[in-house]
Amino acid sequence: MRIRFEKRRDPSQVMQAVTPVAAVLLTMLIGAAIFQAIGYDGPRAVKEIFFTPILASYKWPDVARRAAPLILIALGLCMGNRAKVWNIGAEGQYIVGALAGAGVAYFTKNLQGFWIMPLMIAAGIVGGALWAAIPAFLKTQYRVNEILSSLMLVYVAAQLLNYLVTGPWKDPNGHNFPQTAPFTVWQVLPHTILGTPFPPGLFIAFALSVVFWIVMTRSEFGLGIRVVGDAPKAAKYAGYNADTMVWQTLLISGGMAGLAGVLEAATQSGQLNLGFPSGYGFTAIIVSFLGRLHPLGAALAGVVLAITYVGGQVAQTVVHVPSSTAGIFQSLLLFLILASDVLVKRRIRIDWAPAKTQSVGSAT
Amino acid sequence: MAILTRRNFVKSAAAASALPLLGRAAFADEPLKVGYIYLGPVGDFGWTWAHEKGRKAMVEHFKGKVVADYVENVNEDASATPVIKDLAAQGHKLIFTTSFGYMDQTLEVAKDFPDAKFEHCTGYKHGANVGTYNNRFHEGRAALGTIAGMMSKTGVIGYLGSFKVPEVVLGVNSFTLAAQAINPKIVVKLVMIDSWFDPAKESAAAETLANLGCDVITTHTDSPAALQVCEKKKIYGFGQGADMSKFAPHAHLTAIEDIWGPYYISRAQAMLDGKWESDDAWWGIKEGAVTLSPYNKALPANVAAASDKIVSGYKDGSYDVFTGPIADQSGAEKVKKGDRMSLKDLATIDWYVKGVQS
Amino acid sequence: MSLEFLIAALVTIVSVTTPILLAATGELVVEKSGVLNLGIEGMMLIGAIAAFAVSYETGNPWLGVIASAVAGALASMIFAVLVLFLGSNQVATGLALTIFGTGLSSLIGDSYIGMAGDSFDSIFPTALAEDPIGKLFFGYSPLVYIAFIAVLAVYYFLNRTRAGLVLRAVGENDVSARSIGYSVIGVRCAAIAFGGAMAGVSGSYFTLVSNSLWQPGMTAGRGWIALALVVFSGWRTGRLLAGAYFFGLFMTLELYAKASGFSFLPSQFWASMPYLMAIIVLAIMSARESGGAEAPACLGKTYIPDA
Repeated sequence: MRIRFEKRRDPSQVMQAVTPVAAVLLTMLIGAAIFQAIGYDGPRAVKEIFFTPILASYKWPDVARRAAPLILIALGLCMGNRAKVWNIGAEGQYIVGALAGAGVAYFTKNLQGFWIMPLMIAAGIVGGALWAAIPAFLKTQYRVNEILSSLMLVYVAAQLLNYLVTGPWKDPNGHNFPQTAPFTVWQVLPHTILGTPFPPGLFIAFALSVVFWIVMTRSEFGLGIRVVGDAPKAAKYAGYNADTMVWQTLLISGGMAGLAGVLEAATQSGQLNLGFPSGYGFTAIIVSFLGRLHPLGAALAGVVLAITYVGGQVAQTVVHVPSSTAGIFQSLLLFLILASDVLVKRRIRIDWAPAKTQSVGSAT
Repeated sequence: MAILTRRNFVKSAAAASALPLLGRAAFADEPLKVGYIYLGPVGDFGWTWAHEKGRKAMVEHFKGKVVADYVENVNEDASATPVIKDLAAQGHKLIFTTSFGYMDQTLEVAKDFPDAKFEHCTGYKHGANVGTYNNRFHEGRAALGTIAGMMSKTGVIGYLGSFKVPEVVLGVNSFTLAAQAINPKIVVKLVMIDSWFDPAKESAAAETLANLGCDVITTHTDSPAALQVCEKKKIYGFGQGADMSKFAPHAHLTAIEDIWGPYYISRAQAMLDGKWESDDAWWGIKEGAVTLSPYNKALPANVAAASDKIVSGYKDGSYDVFTGPIADQSGAEKVKKGDRMSLKDLATIDWYVKGVQS
Repeated sequence: MSLEFLIAALVTIVSVTTPILLAATGELVVEKSGVLNLGIEGMMLIGAIAAFAVSYETGNPWLGVIASAVAGALASMIFAVLVLFLGSNQVATGLALTIFGTGLSSLIGDSYIGMAGDSFDSIFPTALAEDPIGKLFFGYSPLVYIAFIAVLAVYYFLNRTRAGLVLRAVGENDVSARSIGYSVIGVRCAAIAFGGAMAGVSGSYFTLVSNSLWQPGMTAGRGWIALALVVFSGWRTGRLLAGAYFFGLFMTLELYAKASGFSFLPSQFWASMPYLMAIIVLAIMSARESGGAEAPACLGKTYIPDA
């Protein structure tokens, strides 16, 4: 008996929709089993991690706060990953975007006006895009692998943040603690808008996911991305320039990460300090894969992952599982999604008969 | 605990059925619920472990009148807010947030829960229901500096820090001034590793300090990593936050221990008495919040005595390491002879004293 | 600057470099076979806690090292199954492994926090090991020597043995290698296991040598530096060795600059140096040798076995 995978002619649509759901369910089962085995109340942990954030409405704002940056960054990553351009350094672009916004805040701290906020946001987008331009440049000019260059720049960005908040941009009234001056009223966004318990970033994220979806499925650009990613040689013959694609996708994903950064700083923190980097840039990579590199999928996946974060904290207080729990569940989920990917592209075939035998009824 | 006469009991039972939504904390005989959020794990044998010891001491002291819960490994970022909120929503009326990075998150949650009281450790922002508290760890450092000054043969001692925040600067200065009182020519080499946490880098930094001639090293980071290097290199070191002698039996001379119990007990008592007020509390050796762990058996008697003198000097108020004249690294006089630096100046200090090589 | 001082500094450089060298050597083999495993950090942490737990319970640090190799190899098998048998995306799977390893090691390590562990006794006689000059060669923990031997062994294996030739062939052209009859999956699986074991041993360095304790996440990003180092080295063992020490030099320089009061440039600049240098050298190298032509041709590509 041999098990083999036979390539499907077209990726199975059914499987594409079913597998993420199945992965989530399996994660719950396996996770519950693992934690039960170690001595915790496994099923209760799963309930707190996956269901409480959905059912307890007072938790929705927390889920929304986490989901917004995750979705924003993941949208850009989906695009890049589809083109097989791997931006692992989104965290660094997130930080630099926030720094750019904080820079505008620093220079406008004695000014007033509604123009300040849009300027900060624009600076954030540009900042993130510029930080991503470095790996783009290195890849197109020097063939440097963008995974490594973007990743190394994350550490550099962290040091840059460190330098600015401990030095030139340190709050003069801040008792010498490493943080910027608090943003003025013109430089912050409200925690919730439109009477909902959700932050403005969430609405921007959902709106942009629709935009990205339209671009990816209906525009020339979106088609180019998919072709370059799936069939690079064919793409070259068709006239698509892979280098241009590298620039475009990196700039876009950098800009999105920068946008997430400046929005987070303006909405949630109101200032920058050493605790600002939260790892969203790395988690967003999971989100993009969980969402099958599809913009709408990424929006949903962002919410799912935000749920596991919030749920993980609830589980810590209620079931006393350790803080590493959320990470274990998230990676399990990612493993299962990646494993189930094979079912989308291939069909399982089991050959029961060991050798080729012509059966009586076969056609001649 | 109020004596439950039949009359009281019936009264409160009636009240209970009439007001089901008030929440359990409305009852006088319900224990006070206190919440804690910790930066690290309770077993870390350092900063968090000390707070946990204090929490346990508080719970034991009140024998049932006070119960306390904690959440460990809470990151110092926006994710702390929902955790604090959860504690408040679950009925904890007094919540301690035990690290600087929780400052804004504490304030934010405090706005939404005006009848809960919040205390932020090592912070400086206050509110109607938000207070701050801190320890004068630097008093302990003065004792360490004295020991280091007496034990160092090379006249070069090392200080391993994390970031240039006031608490660390205070520690460096206190250590240096005390050591200089013993040996005016002593040099303190300072390395900031720019991380609150990186044991391998701490080890490498400790090795570097040792290579540069330091024969006594003190650290401001929580892990025993640097101490283990001291042990290997056969030089001296100090524990931080807890007695770390088991990590370095020969090198460990003593350690500064944070004793939070008395403070937590006093605050819980204030809650029970209804007298809690937002404050900026700085306890030290005098109040029993800072102590030294037992001296290494090999420590010479005269050194131990000198260190004890510092401690008793703080206890009766006759000694303060930050008494002038004090000059900064450029030589300019910052504190006049005989003057003592105020707590306010100490809380915001950002300059090092002369003799610190940073 | 006395000779003694210089030697002491070199010793620190070697200590800082060794864990990175161990992990990078393993990943070099993996990448030579055509697979990109980004899960190094996770495997290092799993190895670290395995080493600490076993050496703490048994009192024998050597058992700890063996445990770390086994644990790292087992962890890498999760990656191998997903990537080789199920054809999943290598970048995402590697990242998932990192996150999983970080979480799992933290979970297991919870009960070991605050405990003092074991470390190695010197394998050379004390007189040599502690001699101010001699310690440059004889004063290290066994893992340092293991790292050197591993690099030499990998060089020999890749360049002078038939098996190594097969591995390189699989990395350059997997389809052709398969058609000649080599099992691409088998070779890559073995390579991944080796990489996992080396990453595990690298992790054990943190809990047995540079420190004798456990704290969650204590590798603090060294796994990513190891990854950069492999590319930096152009996938050549000689350059890997030199590159590793180059990195170590910069990491140590940062500390000496700070300790000597050399505040000419902000400390954060020094802290960024290793990462900036990695990028700069990557660019220079790639520009010189007709851009990335040295990377194994199949690196990162999903291998689709024919029926």
